[in-house]
Amino acid sequence: MDAAGWDVEETVRELRQYFKTGETKSVTWRKNQLTAVLDLVHEKEDAIFKALHQDLGKHHVEAYRDEVGGVVKSATKSLSCVEKWMTPKKTDIPLLFFPAKGEVLSEPLGVVLIFSSWNFPIMLTLDPLIGAISAGNVVVIKPSEQAPACSSFLANTIPQYLDSKAIKVIEGGTDICELLLRQKWDKIFFTGSPRVASVVMSAAARNLTPVTLELGGKCPAILDSLPNPSEFKFAVKRIVGGKWGPCSGQACIGVDYLLVEEKLSSSLIELLRKIIRIFYGQNPVESKVISRIINKHHFERLCNLLKDPLVEASIVHGGSVDEENLFIEPTILLDPPLDSLVMTEEIFGPLLPIITLNKIQESIGFINARPKPLAIYAFTKDETFKRKILSETSSGSVIFNDTLVQFLCDTLPFGGVGQSGFGRYHGKYSFDTFSHEKAVMHRKLFLEIEPRYPPWDKFKLEFIKLAYKLNYVGLLLHILGSKLGLKRYN
Amino acid sequence: MEAQKQKMFDEETASSVVKELRDSFGSGKTRSYEWRVSQVKALLKAVVENEQEIVDALRSDLAKPPLETVVYEIGMFKNSCEVILKELKQWMKPEKVKTSIRTFPSSAEIVPEPLGVVLVISAWNYPILLSLDPVVGAIAAGNAVVLKPSEIAPASSSLLAKLIGKYMDNSFIRVVEGGVDETTMLLQQKWDKIFYTGNGKVGRIVMTAAARHLTPVVLELGGKSPVVVDSNMDLQVVAKRIISGKWGLNNGQACISPDYVITTKDCAPKLVDALKTELVKCYGKNPLESEDLSRIVSSNHFARLSKLLNDDKVSGKIVYGGESDEKKLRIAPTVLLDVPRDSLIMGEEIFGPLLPIITVNEVEESIDLINSGTKPLAAYIFTADKKLKEQFVMNVPAGGLLVNDTVLHLVVDTLPFGGVGESGMGAYHGKFSFDAFTHKKAVLYRGFAGDSSLRYPPYTDTKLRLMKALIGGSIFGIIRALLGWS
Repeated sequence: MDAAGWDVEETVRELRQYFKTGETKSVTWRKNQLTAVLDLVHEKEDAIFKALHQDLGKHHVEAYRDEVGGVVKSATKSLSCVEKWMTPKKTDIPLLFFPAKGEVLSEPLGVVLIFSSWNFPIMLTLDPLIGAISAGNVVVIKPSEQAPACSSFLANTIPQYLDSKAIKVIEGGTDICELLLRQKWDKIFFTGSPRVASVVMSAAARNLTPVTLELGGKCPAILDSLPNPSEFKFAVKRIVGGKWGPCSGQACIGVDYLLVEEKLSSSLIELLRKIIRIFYGQNPVESKVISRIINKHHFERLCNLLKDPLVEASIVHGGSVDEENLFIEPTILLDPPLDSLVMTEEIFGPLLPIITLNKIQESIGFINARPKPLAIYAFTKDETFKRKILSETSSGSVIFNDTLVQFLCDTLPFGGVGQSGFGRYHGKYSFDTFSHEKAVMHRKLFLEIEPRYPPWDKFKLEFIKLAYKLNYVGLLLHILGSKLGLKRYN
Repeated sequence: MEAQKQKMFDEETASSVVKELRDSFGSGKTRSYEWRVSQVKALLKAVVENEQEIVDALRSDLAKPPLETVVYEIGMFKNSCEVILKELKQWMKPEKVKTSIRTFPSSAEIVPEPLGVVLVISAWNYPILLSLDPVVGAIAAGNAVVLKPSEIAPASSSLLAKLIGKYMDNSFIRVVEGGVDETTMLLQQKWDKIFYTGNGKVGRIVMTAAARHLTPVVLELGGKSPVVVDSNMDLQVVAKRIISGKWGLNNGQACISPDYVITTKDCAPKLVDALKTELVKCYGKNPLESEDLSRIVSSNHFARLSKLLNDDKVSGKIVYGGESDEKKLRIAPTVLLDVPRDSLIMGEEIFGPLLPIITVNEVEESIDLINSGTKPLAAYIFTADKKLKEQFVMNVPAGGLLVNDTVLHLVVDTLPFGGVGESGMGAYHGKFSFDAFTHKKAVLYRGFAGDSSLRYPPYTDTKLRLMKALIGGSIFGIIRALLGWS
């Protein structure tokens, strides 16, 4: 094994040793680490903005809104709640077992691995980390190498603030990932694409390591007719914000495509173009408020989506690209072919296909014919339609009349289903995701239930049947009956 | 005949079964409370009306004493159904959750929905319970189900196929019987969840297959469940409770059976005496003849267990029992004292009627000893010492833990039943069964009022300040933000 190989195995061994000391289980340690995360993002805010700008051309307000702000919110919440979350949850035990007590105790899993992603490289590293810490684990973080400035920032800064015996950052590409996946972990938390997720889960299977997979998918937005023009405008604004706002469409919960009735399409497109101009100016490439495409590979991938002649013909706005700056302007497509790549793969970029339907209710069938997405956004005031969407489609989440904001609501579990992943986090779900919920039952030695023990006979059988029904009166009569010799059992 | 049977269930057949169930599921019928209740009631009826047949099947497969069948296989399953019938309406209701000022005005809820088409792979030791308990959970959650019972308990497998065929809605619930080949075919399909009960080796195969389709799994595995016995305990009661959890459960062939005992050098001989006395009371002087003990399931497992007893390292360590009858596949309750830690019997899950006792100088050493192995499905301790109890509860990771008794937590449906580490992942029983087969969908409702331009470009530093105030949640910050709201 080469030097890097030795490092990884040794690192994991050291972490396991440290975990065994029990240091990370204490409330004090967890709170100290959570406070350290808050200090890190407060004190290093400028450095974070700089790294995000370098990797993605992200504007610092977007960076705060989508990354730093989220970390602050998570860490603050965990800091105030962790002690409560750590308290065992009492459960009821049937009287039959008196005297008995039951509880569910959350304990850390041990040594966990977090794979982060490149589109929200700070948030998608620190948010899971907050969960892992609040649950009392030791952690290895593997930031995405496709966002090198952020990866480097995290590798340099985390050891300055957090307990470096418990939390390590390991940088690198595919080679390091393979080495990491060969180790035995107590949990792997992965954010990324389904293809890599499958590789991660197969590797995890070798050691029966549980995983959480936060993936993506084609998140549709459904736009019903909204006769009130200001509501229609609000809806379109939110769609624009939900498409190009987060990382220029490179977001797992970003709007991927839009479903609308044919008769609304022209007014929709006109309004979209207007709002794009307001937000991003006449010359979006000069706009400092849209992120760039992360790298050449993804830039070319997105350009290829547009190269399909039928797709190209469907462009009704935008379409221009700037290779030097890795910039693609907000682009709208009207009814590209459904079997084109832009409609079969997750776009993860600033192209918005609009698919027109005869009736908006057809959107349900359209969505169900495709893999389950991470989120469905539905703009409608029709309560019946809302209920149908909820009961007839399946997705990680559903948001009515807005986009993206579910991210801010930490009482809601954040995660996918089917191809969009499994497991969830945010708020207490983060704590739970990195914990094992251990069932604990306490009994005492007196008050025996004699019929538990062999040799078996009819009396004991009858007793147990009554016990199952928690039929205490029946049990009493049964016992009395036998004591008084009223029934004969052999 | 075998070749014909194999030909009957190939990849094409497996794929068409899944497709049929998927089409059925797509009809939306399983979403209704009425359908789910009707199916749970049908399954309950199937068991209640065929109790004798079930007892006979288990007697054939395992020589299981009828009382064990009635109590564990039938009784526990009936209990699960009753809990579902009582609580399902509540479980199906969306759960309202609080929203904060950050998303004002809004309301939110968590809506449970079925995953879709699920696969349940069962085990041979409680072939009825470990098939029907997960299946009924899957149905309660509104899924379509394929059940693959264990071929190592053929009478039970065949009975399950018959009963489910007769009583259940077969457009949604099917049984596929068979062995490794059939299971492999099934595992190649795309499922929305796989629920597996069995051992770690096959658990890995199941999870690897699931990884290809990103299918979430529940793995209910096993491990070496230790029992720690402290001194100054009423050893007669302790012995009885160990016996009930060990030999009273399928003659030790159960995932949560006490596997081995750890006690002090002083206490060990007294514990052995107590065990001897109580074992005779329970099973008589000729336990090989006792009708109250299951037999070993197969000659493979008989050979495996015999090998553990014939290990050189444990020769001379048997203090009780050790008799066996290969023809009848019976092994008597056997206790071994002071086995070396590197003996075969301490290296794998025993899953049989052999109980090794490990002795230590101080009982506290037991915690490190247990933690030096893999995390077990259950851990038990008999002690009156509050401090030791607390240390044990806080420092021994295990699926479940029981103080001063064995296995009973299995019957308490308010406690999640599942493993951690090598003993598995996920949990079920009671509401946990419903949850195991459910996707909890997050739903956020927003209105059109109160749109904040904070969210949108052009981005200014003012917006940044206001955003920070809003996220920070300080009331003054928020007031400032609201006043400056443009």
